[in-house]
Amino acid sequence: MKKLWKGNEAVAEAAIAAGCRCFFGYPITPQNEIPEYMSRRMGEVGGSFVQAESEVAAINMVYGAGGAGARAMTSSSSPGISLKQEGISYIAGAQVPCVIVNMMRAGPGLGGIQPSQSDYFQATKGGGHGDYHMLVYAPSGVQEAADLTYKAFDKADKYRSPVMILGDGMLGQMCEAAEIPPARQLKDLPEKPWAASGNGGKAQRIINSIYMSPDTLEAHNRELFDIYAEMEKETAWEEYKTSDAEIIVVAYGTVARIAKAAVNSSRENGIKVGLIRPITLYPFPSKAIADAAQKRSVKCVLTVELSMGQMVEDVRLAVNGRKPTPFFGRTGGNVTTPQEISAQIKANGEKYGAKSAAAKEK
Amino acid sequence: MAEYKKPEMLTDTPFHYCPGCTHGIVHRLIAEAAEEVGASKDAIGIAPVGCAVFAYNYFKCDMLQAAHGRAPAVATGVRRARPDNLIFVYQGDGDLASIGMAETVHAATRGENITVIFINNGIYGMTGGQMAPTTMAGQKTTTSQSGRDVKTHGNPIKICELLATLDGPCYIARTSMHDVKHIRETKAAIVKAFKKQQEKKGFSLIEILSTCPTNFHLSPKASLDYIRDTAVNFYPLGVFKEI
Repeated sequence: MKKLWKGNEAVAEAAIAAGCRCFFGYPITPQNEIPEYMSRRMGEVGGSFVQAESEVAAINMVYGAGGAGARAMTSSSSPGISLKQEGISYIAGAQVPCVIVNMMRAGPGLGGIQPSQSDYFQATKGGGHGDYHMLVYAPSGVQEAADLTYKAFDKADKYRSPVMILGDGMLGQMCEAAEIPPARQLKDLPEKPWAASGNGGKAQRIINSIYMSPDTLEAHNRELFDIYAEMEKETAWEEYKTSDAEIIVVAYGTVARIAKAAVNSSRENGIKVGLIRPITLYPFPSKAIADAAQKRSVKCVLTVELSMGQMVEDVRLAVNGRKPTPFFGRTGGNVTTPQEISAQIKANGEKYGAKSAAAKEK
Repeated sequence: MAEYKKPEMLTDTPFHYCPGCTHGIVHRLIAEAAEEVGASKDAIGIAPVGCAVFAYNYFKCDMLQAAHGRAPAVATGVRRARPDNLIFVYQGDGDLASIGMAETVHAATRGENITVIFINNGIYGMTGGQMAPTTMAGQKTTTSQSGRDVKTHGNPIKICELLATLDGPCYIARTSMHDVKHIRETKAAIVKAFKKQQEKKGFSLIEILSTCPTNFHLSPKASLDYIRDTAVNFYPLGVFKEI
């Protein structure tokens, strides 16, 4: 049944529905509703909530609980996610499944508490030290945030990898009607024969990321990247009104919704514009973007982000010089508007020869 | 007559530790203590960063290797996932008392039901003998080459005294490895801590004064004598808290 959910609370309840019974948090705006909600709910479902002494401790608690076989989660916002990077690197190296939520705020440094998308590089390119990646989901609304959080636990177990939910302060704080997926029975969750849960005298299980032999470590890193290659099939994106488009807008998360409004109003003015919305940021929907850019009708691919330009680098790699790839971003916690994006659509359309953009407004 | 044999909980892998280092003996004591309380097979250990980083090669139980200083946080996570297993955390002085101080103090004050085995030899062993948070005044290390001067290097930390002020711990004790009598006392302290953990009494920590002959630049015997004659004077042995 649909109910009115705040984004942060929907993420928390979806995690519990997915079988998460260990949550480790630390206060930081704008994600505080997640630890607050978990502190209430974990007791009711027989789980464990710890308000850790720091984000550093919280991610290492996730490493311990996930390494011992539990479905574990932590949440934070940008500066706190920076603190977790050491632990995330260890978790990726030791192949511990877990879910990490980042409700992004503006940076760098302490920055501000308003929405931002400036942790894209950190989320998709590694963030911590060493060769690794993780599956990164970018929900654009409360229902999708709940659905992707629920799914993230299954994918984390499947690939034995951390999975990140990359939202922003807007998503965390907004209220929308949403339905939480059905609660999982813990007994139905996949078995974890690799987990360090106490072996009863049988074969030892070790959770670690240290390999002193370069050959062994190289083989381990290659295995991780084989898993990332396998993960390619999780690539997800949404295409909106792209079939006849002369201008393709690429935007993710909450910004994609604002961009969708701009696409609709531009269409009302006769401009043939469509939207590609990456749902996974890693793996990135490069092929979908490349295929769109390839079309003769497409004149340019416009990336819109709440940053100084991060995802645009992946868009440019995907387009690979086939078409112009302009960028429009707001930063510092400022949120863009449909009007701003519409103006960008029209200006770039005119500049790069989209006939529908050059025509007089209806 | 008692039969002398290797504890079941230890593997056949030879210890990689330097001659005269007391890590190997402490590993054995942990294994003997875990067997004595009947929990060796389902024990879960947390290995630190430092010379004992490969501790999982010597124990047969499941183990997790933690980032530098984070072992008590990792153990907290394991405890929340596994309420009933015996959990031991193995840490050195740099790991526990410097980079991991926040995790140490907060696991202790939460009363997290885990046992921390704290190896205090007053020096960073694996990285080559640098000054530790527990290096004593006057002690020479590679980063206090004329001896620790508390005016410039600051003072060493007494962990047992500090943790004993908290409400969470059920057992805080300092022992030494410098002779057979004290090794036996160390084992008795570990057994006591494990039993308290089984009774779910909360956080326990045994600080064990240990040697590092390689970085002390002393022979194994002279290292033990150094603990007996010098370290125990600054780090008094005994039970600092017991509930």
